[in-house]
Amino acid sequence: MIAGYAVLDGFDLGAGVVYLFVARSDAERRSVLASVGPVWDGNEVWLLAAGGILFFAFPPVYASGFQGFYLPLIIVLWLLILRGIAIEFRNKVASLVWSPLWDVVFAGASAMLAVFFGAAIGNVVRGVPLDRSGFFFLPLWTNLRLMPAVGVLDWFTIIVALGSLAALTVHGALWLAMKTAGAVAARARIAAGLAWWPVLVITALLVIIVPMVQPHLRDRFQDAPWGLVFPLAAATGMFAMKLLNGAGRVTAAFLASCLYIVGMLTSAAFGLYPYLLPSSTDASAGLAVYNSAAATYGLIVGLYWFIPGMALVAVYFAFVYRRMV
Amino acid sequence: MDALTVHRLHFAFTAMFHYLFPQLTMGLALLIVILKTQALRTGKECYNHAARFWGRIFGINFAMGVVTGIPMEFQFGTNWALFSRASGGVIGQTLAMEGVFSFFLESSFLGAFLFGEKRLGPRLHWLSAFLVFLGAWLSGFFIIATNAWMQHPVGYQLLPDGRFALVSFWALLLNQWAWWQYMHTMTASVLTASVVMAALGAFYLLSRQHLEYGRMFVAMGVTAGLIASCLMIFPTGDSQGRNIAYDQPVTLAAMEGLFTNERGAPLMLVGQPNMRMKRLDNPIYLPRLLSFLTFRRWKAEVDGLDAFPEDRWPDNVPLLYFAYHIMAGLGTIFVAVLALAAFMLWRGRLYDTGLMLWALMLLAPFPYIATTAGWLTAEIGRQPWVVYGLMRTAVGSSVQVSAGNAIFTLIGFAGMYSLLAVLFLFLIYLEVQRGPEAAVDEHGAAGDSGSARAAD
Repeated sequence: MIAGYAVLDGFDLGAGVVYLFVARSDAERRSVLASVGPVWDGNEVWLLAAGGILFFAFPPVYASGFQGFYLPLIIVLWLLILRGIAIEFRNKVASLVWSPLWDVVFAGASAMLAVFFGAAIGNVVRGVPLDRSGFFFLPLWTNLRLMPAVGVLDWFTIIVALGSLAALTVHGALWLAMKTAGAVAARARIAAGLAWWPVLVITALLVIIVPMVQPHLRDRFQDAPWGLVFPLAAATGMFAMKLLNGAGRVTAAFLASCLYIVGMLTSAAFGLYPYLLPSSTDASAGLAVYNSAAATYGLIVGLYWFIPGMALVAVYFAFVYRRMV
Repeated sequence: MDALTVHRLHFAFTAMFHYLFPQLTMGLALLIVILKTQALRTGKECYNHAARFWGRIFGINFAMGVVTGIPMEFQFGTNWALFSRASGGVIGQTLAMEGVFSFFLESSFLGAFLFGEKRLGPRLHWLSAFLVFLGAWLSGFFIIATNAWMQHPVGYQLLPDGRFALVSFWALLLNQWAWWQYMHTMTASVLTASVVMAALGAFYLLSRQHLEYGRMFVAMGVTAGLIASCLMIFPTGDSQGRNIAYDQPVTLAAMEGLFTNERGAPLMLVGQPNMRMKRLDNPIYLPRLLSFLTFRRWKAEVDGLDAFPEDRWPDNVPLLYFAYHIMAGLGTIFVAVLALAAFMLWRGRLYDTGLMLWALMLLAPFPYIATTAGWLTAEIGRQPWVVYGLMRTAVGSSVQVSAGNAIFTLIGFAGMYSLLAVLFLFLIYLEVQRGPEAAVDEHGAAGDSGSARAAD
């Protein structure tokens, strides 16, 4: 579900990041918004649904994580609110004052969200100072170091956050290159090409520093080397998107970008397994799959409705994307 | 202020603000389906115009509902972590089902409904309106089922580590509290939408513009509103009251302002709870009616607050009492006003009776007040419990989030929501000014610049 959200809302966040640069005139901006307009709330719903699934399958992780990341999560909510109303309300009034204001709000909130989501992933990978009761609380920042008292932002999570911003920028730019035409598409391809370089640098950097920050991840890949398929998939996606974008095959490049994002997220999830939220202070206090799942009966019932439910969702999405976008 | 109070205010504020929007959209979804059905049956274009116009109003409200609804789901975790950890195994079920079964449905087809009329054709467009309605009403059910479990927990087992585990999925969904509460809430939503529709129709008639639509909205609003307002009282309100009488008797006593046990208890119409003297000041009442309404016998004994230990009383009896009386009082007024309006409609005099149109127009805010008061009744009435009889509110909040941090975010939400409220009123005003027949481009912007469009 999280990966689904990242791939889907990822492109409309990324489209927001490059929005001001690739679309200059009002007509161009309308065409960009038209490409995300019919789907953004559907995509954002993935976030809600992912939250719901976490709540129902792993209540302790939901409770601990949401409380511990209180401040950044509330700020994310405010950004989501601003971004949502910017998309919905921008075109309600034809005015030289109204639309540009919402354009800036939309782009700014999108970029900030990309940064926050990256920081969130960085925090999960690094681990948080869980106490014996399985709770923690993080300030936004302390001294930007990993030890002893961490905050949401430290040098590691900032690197991940910048990586997320770069990756979603490429992702969104490729989406626009695919969904629009003319000058917008051309600029979007250039933006994707430029933003690819930081993706390369940061991904390379992460390969080196993540195993240092989170030793569990290193051990896990050593114990189960088949898991290397996930980072390899990410690397393949990363190089493929550059080559395909250069060759002008933007749809394939967009799919490669999806592969990159999914590869990165599954690498992190695989590397942390069985932990969902590792502890940075005492490894045994981490919240793992086995000590935080809801009771079995509820999970089984959940599967009975979840599978047909998601099949239905696939039907609606096929309908809406085919008919509307 | 201690952290617990701030967390409660935080939830109360964001929930009350949020619910201003879904209560309109859920009811309006039904009315839009009726308009689309009329358009298909009669082939008259005015019904399509009306459906598009209310679709635009719906769209603005829906966007507000989504952006203010996301914080609601987050807050279970951010501000009520201990409650979430304990009960996530049960209510996480219904909340996740809401996500999977209704959000996707409603949001996907709302896009289709608003932007796809030409591409879909009349029948598929009707279908997308219907699916939006279905999604909205399913969503309402899952939320009510969640709340009903907190009011009247069923189908659970208490684990040794203090968490609740679900043992019966169907008990959770078929909770009889859920069904009556659902009916009552959805009927209220239809009432809100009907009154808003009638009020806007009255405004158009009084200001002599869009007369054809003014009459259509008044007629439809008054008719649907009268049906809904009657259903509010009987059977939905009555049955819910009886659920409270049997399962939360102390709440009933507090709602009614009944401090002592009485045989043949009166129904209080007016009065102020005096918590120091433990009595109701300045009462005006109908004798014995409460006993009859509750137990269907004029002389039945109804427990007063003194029959229960004080630590089980709702912690704010006067607020609960007033919230309930405002809801019930307004409910009665709605029936009276709408019945009179419906009578005049039937006699063919409504459209020319200025006084009645004024009354209908000014009625618009009151369903919102009544609904908010109704939710206050349900939520304050559940206190001091977050899960009735099992978990106290005081032990459910996020202990690690300090009062300072919670005040910071409460102020942030207050600012953000003030901005939203201003924007919302402005956009609704624009739509009302443009009227039902405004030319609309594919973005849903009623348009002066409808041609400036480059997509496709």
